Formats: sequence, C-alpha cells, structure tokens
Amino acid sequence: MSPAEELATCQAALAGALGEAPTVGGAAPDPAGAAAPAGDAWLEVPAARWREACRAARDLPELGFDFLRSLAGVDRPEAGRIDVVAHLFSYRHRRALVLRTSLERAAPELDSVAQVWPAADWHERELWDLLGVRLRGHPDLRRLLLPEDWPGHPLRKDWQEPAEYRGIPTRREARATAGELAKQTYLAPRGLGRDPAGGQPDGGGGA
Amino acid sequence: MSPELQQVGREEFVLNMGPHHPATHGVLRFVLHTDGEIMRRAVPEVGYLHRGLEKLAEAHTYAAYVPFTDRINYLESMFCNQVWSMAVERLLGLQVPRRAEYLRVIACELNRIANHCIALGSIAMDVGAYTPFVYLLREREAINDLLEALCGNRLTYHYVRIGGVAHDVDEGWQGKVRAYLDHLEPILDELHSLVGGNEILVRRLGGVAVICASDAVGWGLVGPNLRASGVDWDLRRDRPYSVYPELSFEVPVGRGEQGQVGDCYDRWTVRVAEMRQSVRLLRQALERLPAGDILAKVPRSIKPPAGEVYQPVEGARGELGLYLVSDGSPKPSRAKWRSSSFAALSIVEHLSRGLMIADLVALIASLDPIAPEVDR
Repeated sequence: MSPAEELATCQAALAGALGEAPTVGGAAPDPAGAAAPAGDAWLEVPAARWREACRAARDLPELGFDFLRSLAGVDRPEAGRIDVVAHLFSYRHRRALVLRTSLERAAPELDSVAQVWPAADWHERELWDLLGVRLRGHPDLRRLLLPEDWPGHPLRKDWQEPAEYRGIPTRREARATAGELAKQTYLAPRGLGRDPAGGQPDGGGGA
Repeated sequence: MSPELQQVGREEFVLNMGPHHPATHGVLRFVLHTDGEIMRRAVPEVGYLHRGLEKLAEAHTYAAYVPFTDRINYLESMFCNQVWSMAVERLLGLQVPRRAEYLRVIACELNRIANHCIALGSIAMDVGAYTPFVYLLREREAINDLLEALCGNRLTYHYVRIGGVAHDVDEGWQGKVRAYLDHLEPILDELHSLVGGNEILVRRLGGVAVICASDAVGWGLVGPNLRASGVDWDLRRDRPYSVYPELSFEVPVGRGEQGQVGDCYDRWTVRVAEMRQSVRLLRQALERLPAGDILAKVPRSIKPPAGEVYQPVEGARGELGLYLVSDGSPKPSRAKWRSSSFAALSIVEHLSRGLMIADLVALIASLDPIAPEVDR
C-alpha cells in the first residue's frame, strides 16, 4: 500500500469510530506514490475526541497501532496553539501514523492516554513538565525532568530563563570565583550553608 | 513468633538507590519501597542530566547542532549523528552518496559492538562478575582506537554529517578493522560459552524479571529489549534505510534458553548474538565499500522547507527516533528525541512489584538504560 492509501485507510477507519473524519495535514503524500513526500503527513482530531481517537487507533483491527513511539508537544505562539503530536506504529500492519490535536495555548488541557498506551505515562509527564499541558486523568502528573519548583515550562517559545534558581546563578558571568563561592550563602535556605554573618554553620547537629 | 518480632517490619521501608550508585548506570535515582528484601515498587526519578538539548536545538542551525547530538547518548553517538542527519536530509530531499552510506554503516556497526561490550560487561558486573567487564572494556577500547583513527574522537564522534560523513578511510584503516574482526570473533564465542554459560550468571538472569511481548510493545520497549521478549522486529530489516537492504544479516530473538522468553538472560543472549551479526555486516560493508564522494552537495546555509519528519534508526538500544519540525528558517522550530532508555526506564516501576532488590539490579542492567539519553 502506498503512503497515500495507508493514510486514507486510517482516516476512513477513524471516521467510522468517531463519527467525523479527521483532517489530513502536512505534506500530502503523492497519490500516484511516485515520489516520497518531503515531510510526514498527519491526521488531526479535535482535542475533545483525543482519547477516543487514540483508543480507536489502538483497538480497531484494521488500525492496531500498538506502539506509541513518541508523544511530543509543539508550541506555536503565533497561532496561539500548542499542538500535541503522537507518532504511532502498528507491528501487525507494519504501518506508521501521525495523529495530532491542537490545544488553546492559554489553557492547554488534554485527556491522558496513559490508559491506552502505558508508554504515554512518562511522555505526558514530560509534556506537562516542558510545555505545561495539563493531562486530565493522568495517574501521576508530576514533573519528569525538572524540579517541582522550577519556574515555567521551558519548551514554550516565550520562556525566559530565570537569573537564578534557589539562589544559584544560571549565567556563567554571574558565577563567582571559587573563593567567593565559599563565602556565598546560596545553600542557606535549605539549612545546609553557612550563616551569612560568617559564624557557625547552621543546621546539623550543633544545636 | 514472639510478640516483639510480630511488630517488626510491618511498615514500608523507603530506600534511595542513587543518584550516585554503581548499578544505576549514570546519575539516576530509584526510590525503593520495600518490605524487607522484597520490593513493593521501585520508582525511577530522572532528570539529573537534563541539559535542555531539545531547547538548545531551537537556538542552533541544523549543522551546528550535530555535535550536540553526540551528547544525547555518549555510548551510541554515531547513531545520534546519523538520525539527525537523516532527518535533515529528508527535509531537504538530499541524496547521500553511496560510499558515505557504507561508511555510516561501518561506523555505526562498530559503535554497536562497542556499546554492547559495555552493556554486557555491566550486566555481568551488576550480578557480581567484575572480570568480564574488564575484558569487554579492553575490546571496546580497540574500537575506540579505530573510531579515533577514523574521526579523531573516541566518544563524541561528530562523524556522520548532514549529506554524508566527515572523513574518508584508506586501505590501511580497513585492514585494521578486518584484523580486529578476526580477533573479536573467537572472543564472542568465548563470551557466550564462558560467561553466558556460567552457572551464577545463568541463575541470576534466567527467569528473572520477565517482560511479556504485549508489555514490551505497550511500554514502547525497542531493540534488543523488545526482541528478547520474542518480538521479531528490526528497523534495519523491516523498515530498511541506508544500504542495509544490500547486506544480509539475521535478527536474533529471545528464545527463553534459561528460563522464559523475555527474561534478563534473553536480553543478555540477544545482545551477544547481535554483536555477531554486526561483525557479519561489517565484513560485507568493507567488502562492498564503493568508490566515490563521501559528502553530497550540501547548501552552505541549510534552510529546509517548512515541514516535519519523524525519523527512526535502529540504534544499539533499538529505535532512536527524532521528530524534527522546520519552519523554513535556518534553525529548527522543534526537535524531540525519542530514546530507547526513556521507554526502558518507564517500565521499571511496573516490573519492580514483588522483585527482590538484587533482581532489580539485574533488571536495570539488562535493560541497558543510559541516563543522559533519558534526560536529554
């Protein structure tokens, strides 16, 4: 089957399950199948039907997408959207599919698909961590890569790196020399550093 | 049991393994909830090595990002170079010269053997046998020397470039690789019989932490971990890319020789068998290495047309994927790495229920995760 026919098959099957046809986007495959398209084509479903569409993609026998390769978020501030892109693969049919949806950038929320593919669990935590997409119904929506108190979601295009984190400067030029560092008190808020007045180390077993 | 003893050990004990622990393979922490020696669950805590490599991609041109890809996974940098280059080539519609494709296969298969040396050595070390690790490190050292002669770097190769490869090889280097393969093959047999047949290793790995095929697929395991669970799948054969269709090789699959299909021992044997196949691929690639250019005509300023691709390759750990979005400017608008270790670690909590602590160590080693690839 050519890529165009494969995409049409998936579109028809999902349309049957959802009652509305997903829209085709991206580099449309050449119908003649003569030349490989430059980029990937995708099927887009409304955010409200996301979990339903994912479940159908996995469960319908003619689709059978049992492998979630990747789940990525793409920030598009100029459009005011955050896109969520799932790269799926079916070992049974040896076929790939790109399924995506688009969210309101101001308050991005989406149903979790961790119950559909267990692999989605960590990908969704990363989606929350780096792009700030809230996953409804996720079993354990904590940040994955960054600390819980990290400011903002860095893969947003307008994210600004803070000048410091817990008193630790994030810019090289702002960093002190080793000598100055020893006098600094940046660990003090957690009770591990030295007293700013230069007295006894606080915390510990001294008291 | 005395009344005092009955009160002992009813509650859950929480133990931190890592972030600096020899069995965690990098800076990575497991929070173990245990009842004595038996695990209720082990929760991986990752992110210690998060360097923002995906954010960095948005600030660099396509060519300038290639050295960053080396840092995605220092044990299989060649594949990281390759997947980045292939994704950009697909966006550009660039044809890579055949000699370059062959050189990529040679470099990558050498890298695969080197990676498996570390993987197998670590498995043996984590279940108590230090000696195989040292011997395997020596074999890997020889590959590092070969790759250093090829591109000047021992780990962060920066060899596969957009449109081809960075350096050509001469007859002398090819001879050295052939000599190395002659030297390696008997060692692989010895590794299989002497280490793989060792009673202690067999008992520590056989039947331990079995991953069934549906779990392996559902959690997105790939490569040797997936094949050990009995799923006969290899991108080099089943979604062929580069010049792999011209080369013949077999795809080893777990058979449950010392227990059940998908146990730690299968993840060991599949990797040993894969090294043999890599030797086979290398011999054929050296034999057929065509003459010609090693780099296509790449525009000085790389500006792919707007579009997006998902490019997978069969890395040493299995499918290494890159989702790359271009908006037509000289810098990518989004790059997302899909790594094998990410999936391998995410399944640990699910598998850890009811395992012994010592078996968790065997499980982690057999999955061959590498922390920088998880955290990016």
